[in-house]
Amino acid sequence: MADHPEIDALTPYARSLGITLDRWEDGTPTLSVPFDETVEGRPDHYHGGATGGLLETAGYAALRAELARQDRAAMLKPINITVQYLAAGKSRTSYAQGRITKLGRRSANITVEAWQDDRSRPIATAVMNVFMAEPEG
Amino acid sequence: MSEQERKFDPAKATSFFTGRGHSGWLGLKYSDHGDDWVELELPWREDLLGEEGQRVLASGPILSLMDMASGMAIWRAMDEFTAIATLDLRVDYVRPAREGASVFGRSQCYRVTRSAAFVRGLAHDGDADDPVAHIQAVFMKIAPTARL
Repeated sequence: MADHPEIDALTPYARSLGITLDRWEDGTPTLSVPFDETVEGRPDHYHGGATGGLLETAGYAALRAELARQDRAAMLKPINITVQYLAAGKSRTSYAQGRITKLGRRSANITVEAWQDDRSRPIATAVMNVFMAEPEG
Repeated sequence: MSEQERKFDPAKATSFFTGRGHSGWLGLKYSDHGDDWVELELPWREDLLGEEGQRVLASGPILSLMDMASGMAIWRAMDEFTAIATLDLRVDYVRPAREGASVFGRSQCYRVTRSAAFVRGLAHDGDADDPVAHIQAVFMKIAPTARL
C-alpha cells in the first residue's frame, strides 16, 4: 500500500475557491487556501463562509482518505456541520485538517480544525456528520 | 418603523457587499427582505459543484450564503451597520438542491443583545416550504474600540 491513498480530495467548488492539498500527515491530508479576493469578507479578513468551506472540504478529504485506505467506495452526502469561529482569519494562508471521530457503516462523525501561523491556535473548528451511500450502478 | 425611517436598506447594501470579495466571487444577489429578515440568491454555477460525478451544488456555498444573509438580517434588525463576527453556525442539509436552480438563503434575526445577535434561517431552491437546509447561528458584536 502506498504511503497515502490516491483520493480526489478536492471538489470543483473547492478548486474554484483556491483550496489545494498542502501535505499528508500520518495518512491525513492537510488542505490550504491562500488569502485572495475569493475568500475575503471584511477587508483583509476571511469571510466566515470561506473558512467554513475550507473546514468542510478538509473534513471530506479526511473521510475520503480513510475510506480509500479501507477500500470502501461510497457516495458522500452532507448531514450537517457546526462551525465555531474562534479568531478572525487574517490575510495569509489558512490550513485545515480533519480527524475522523467515528466511522460507521452508514455515517461518519468528523472533527476539523483550521489554523494560520500557529497550529496550536485554531481560528475555527467544525464538527460534521456525513452520510455514506452505496455507489450507484 | 416605516421604511423611510430605516437606515439599513438590504436591497442597496447587497450590491455593496457583493461587488467584491467572497460574496462577489459567489455572485450573491439581493432577493427579498422584511423587518428582521433578509433573503439572498445564489445563482446556479457549474464550478460550485460538490461530489465528483454528481450534478449537485456543494454544501460550502450554502454555508457562505447563509452566513451572509444572517449578517444582513442582523444589520436589518438592529437598523445599524456595525462590525459583527460569526461565532457559531450550524447548517442541517435536509436534501440536495435541484440541478440548475438558484438557491435562496433566508435568515431571520430573532434576538439582539448588547453583545450578541441570534439568527435562524433556511435555504430553498424556489419553494420556501420545501427547504434544502436549515441554519442556526450566533454572531458577536465587535466593539468599536476593539482592535481588529
